[in-house]
Amino acid sequence: MTAFLEMTNVSKVFSAGIIRRQHTVAVDDVTMTIDEQSPSILAVAGESGSGKTTLARLLLGVIPPSSGEVVYRGQSVDDLSREQRRTYLREIQPIFQDPFESYNPFYKVDHVLTVPAKKFDLAASREQTMRLIEEALDMVGLQPAETLGRFPHQLSGGQRQRVMVARAMLLRPRLIVADEPVSMVDASLRATILESIRRMKQDLGISVVYITHDLTTAYQIADNILVMYKGSVVEAGSVEQVIRDPKHPYTQLLVSSIPQPDPSLPWGAEGEIAGDPESMEVAATGCKFVDRCPVAFEPCSGQRPPLYHEHPSRAAACFQYDKSPALEGQNLDVVFEPQLTSQAAGGSGEPAAN
Amino acid sequence: MNNRAVLTVNDLRVYYDTPAGTVKAVDGVSFDLRPGERLGLVGESGSGKSTMALALMRMHKPPARIAGGEVLLDGVGDVMDLDDEGLRRIRLDRLALVPQGAMNSLNPVMRVRDQLADGIRTHEPGDDRDALTARIRAQLARVGLDADVGGKFPHELSGGMKQRVAIAIGTSLSPSVIIADEPTSALDVVVQRQVMETLRSVQEEIGASVLIVGHDMGLMAQIADRMGVMYAGKLVELAPVHDLFTNPQHPYTRLLIESVPTLMAKRALASIPGAPPTLINVPPGCPFHPRCPSAFEPCDSEVPLPMSQNGRVVSCHLYPEQAA
Ligand SMILES: Nc1ncnc2c1ncn2[C@@H]1O[C@H](COP(=O)(O)OP(=O)(O)OP(=O)(O)O)[C@@H](O)[C@H]1O
Ligand SMILES: Nc1ncnc2c1ncn2[C@@H]1O[C@H](COP(=O)(O)OP(=O)(O)O)[C@@H](O)[C@H]1O
Ligand code: SF4
Ligand code: SF4
Ligand SMILES: [Mg+2]
Ligand SMILES: [Mg+2]
Repeated sequence: MTAFLEMTNVSKVFSAGIIRRQHTVAVDDVTMTIDEQSPSILAVAGESGSGKTTLARLLLGVIPPSSGEVVYRGQSVDDLSREQRRTYLREIQPIFQDPFESYNPFYKVDHVLTVPAKKFDLAASREQTMRLIEEALDMVGLQPAETLGRFPHQLSGGQRQRVMVARAMLLRPRLIVADEPVSMVDASLRATILESIRRMKQDLGISVVYITHDLTTAYQIADNILVMYKGSVVEAGSVEQVIRDPKHPYTQLLVSSIPQPDPSLPWGAEGEIAGDPESMEVAATGCKFVDRCPVAFEPCSGQRPPLYHEHPSRAAACFQYDKSPALEGQNLDVVFEPQLTSQAAGGSGEPAAN
Repeated sequence: MNNRAVLTVNDLRVYYDTPAGTVKAVDGVSFDLRPGERLGLVGESGSGKSTMALALMRMHKPPARIAGGEVLLDGVGDVMDLDDEGLRRIRLDRLALVPQGAMNSLNPVMRVRDQLADGIRTHEPGDDRDALTARIRAQLARVGLDADVGGKFPHELSGGMKQRVAIAIGTSLSPSVIIADEPTSALDVVVQRQVMETLRSVQEEIGASVLIVGHDMGLMAQIADRMGVMYAGKLVELAPVHDLFTNPQHPYTRLLIESVPTLMAKRALASIPGAPPTLINVPPGCPFHPRCPSAFEPCDSEVPLPMSQNGRVVSCHLYPEQAA
């Protein structure tokens, strides 16, 4: 059985500077499968610059990997025929951060809905197209009559973003890649938009890659999560395991930094290393987090830690867990729930329960 | 403890005159800011928070106008009555604003140290070169930045560093009141916490009071001493932060707190039904009545007045009877 979308050892390196070339490893060796049979929501979390958007662009085929492969229905995305590429571009739909940037201010919002409908021949007639559009708007809680015929600036930020969700749904994709879809909208609208994203999975069986730096919403809507730090996956697994009981010191830092809406709860972690994470350099060898890690020990500056499978549904790239087996081929599929039966059968034996 | 307010806002009204009508962005807001306290102000987008932050400094621009009320600054008088020279003197020196999106409004072609020097020089032209350099260095250190950041341009800095620079500029003359509009909304959680801690330490060091505007309830719970909730241009509840979270009195505050997602329990994402009103056409009576689950007979006709009890102010017809 061929999987819907696979990433095998995918890396992306950006080079900048003409004289002294600087290389940024934006995505570093990611292997995972997005399955069609058991739709799920996968959160991709990490701070600014951790590689989340680059991962999204790789999945969407906007940029090619520097090494490794993105495979769509058994075929490398680089080698798709025209017809295959057309289906690929319909089956994977993006939703971006800034709902305003996705619009042309001179066209009515209808435009963002009718153009893709035409491009992908969704309907036989104009009437049918309109019916599909109205259905999609309905699904995200927008009144077609109050939405269509307006210009983008006549809608609120939350309404504009919901139109983009409707647009993505309209195309009946198998996967939606949403890159920080709610970071620009108000807290009170966030719930509505996230709810409509969750319904895509529940009602339409669409898988979602939900990119965010907000672990709280990741916990609320996702099944699984992958935490990135400077391009590498540092922890992955079910949200219950990773967010409620984080094992990697970086995930622990992220979780403890979330301000809880309860004045009696603490904010922040003990023993944190000061410094501006965004401007810290990555060590050439050893763990990328070593300069900020409060529990670093000898092995940490020698080698890059592999992902250790220290719980059936969680893996952490940290030498503290080196008693557990490393994930075979760095493949994340075994820690994600629901697990693929085909993959679980070929797993690397009993993972050490923690 | 000296409990005389540093800033007293009485019935402030700020309206925008637009072709479509008058937008009552701030409509009769009253509160006081006590010495050394951190007062948080939350409310959904468009509820009038930034309009008020700017108006307190008289930095609002047309079509906005002050339609009424006073802003009494301790030892100065009503800010609304000051002339240009009076305003120039209190800004930065007594009242400082770190505006919304400050990190993106730094001058892109000016080095950080020159942007810092600007504010200091206009107020204290006497400083010689060396003294100025030393002050800039100290000010950068105060917000946790290395001295070499002074020689950089904004585009060379990360978001968190730019926000620290904005705080350094705002606090360079040790004002007694700092107004910070969404100081960390665009930042990642870790950096957000670091920047907030910096703001707190600077504030404590110079003994200032801060008004922190935002919409993140979690952030406010962690940083504020007291908290105000705005809805449709009105302050609907004001209370010590602990009381507000454990025992909210205004129905809007309660729904707002209930709709915050947490890591405690996985549950359906709650949202407040309905949408906030446009501030041109605010519903009669209580502006929240079309969305309020507890609305009753007087709510759609009589405006609830702010009622004060036990250090809490609530504008709701149910208060204070509702007290649990
Ligand atoms: N220049 C302007 N002209 C007309 N109306 C304006 C103008 N600026 C703001 N408004 C209106 O005033 C009201 C309050 O806006 P304000 O920017 O103060 O909200 P806010 O609470 O700071 O929101 P946010 O959380 O999005 O920053 C809104 O209804 C807004 O549309
Ligand atoms: N087109 C590009 N050219 C050069 N560097 C890039 C490009 N896109 C991203 N990067 C770099 O790759 C890293 C990851 O960026 P990105 O994927 O945008 O992270 P995130 O979405 O998590 O903030 C960053 O260091 C960024 O500067
Ligand atoms: S491998 Fe070492 S430095 Fe890296 S996170 Fe684990 S303990 Fe810290
Ligand atoms: S005054 Fe009435 S409508 Fe307004 S919040 Fe109170 S109960 Fe609800
Ligand atoms: Mg991004
Ligand atoms: Mg604002």
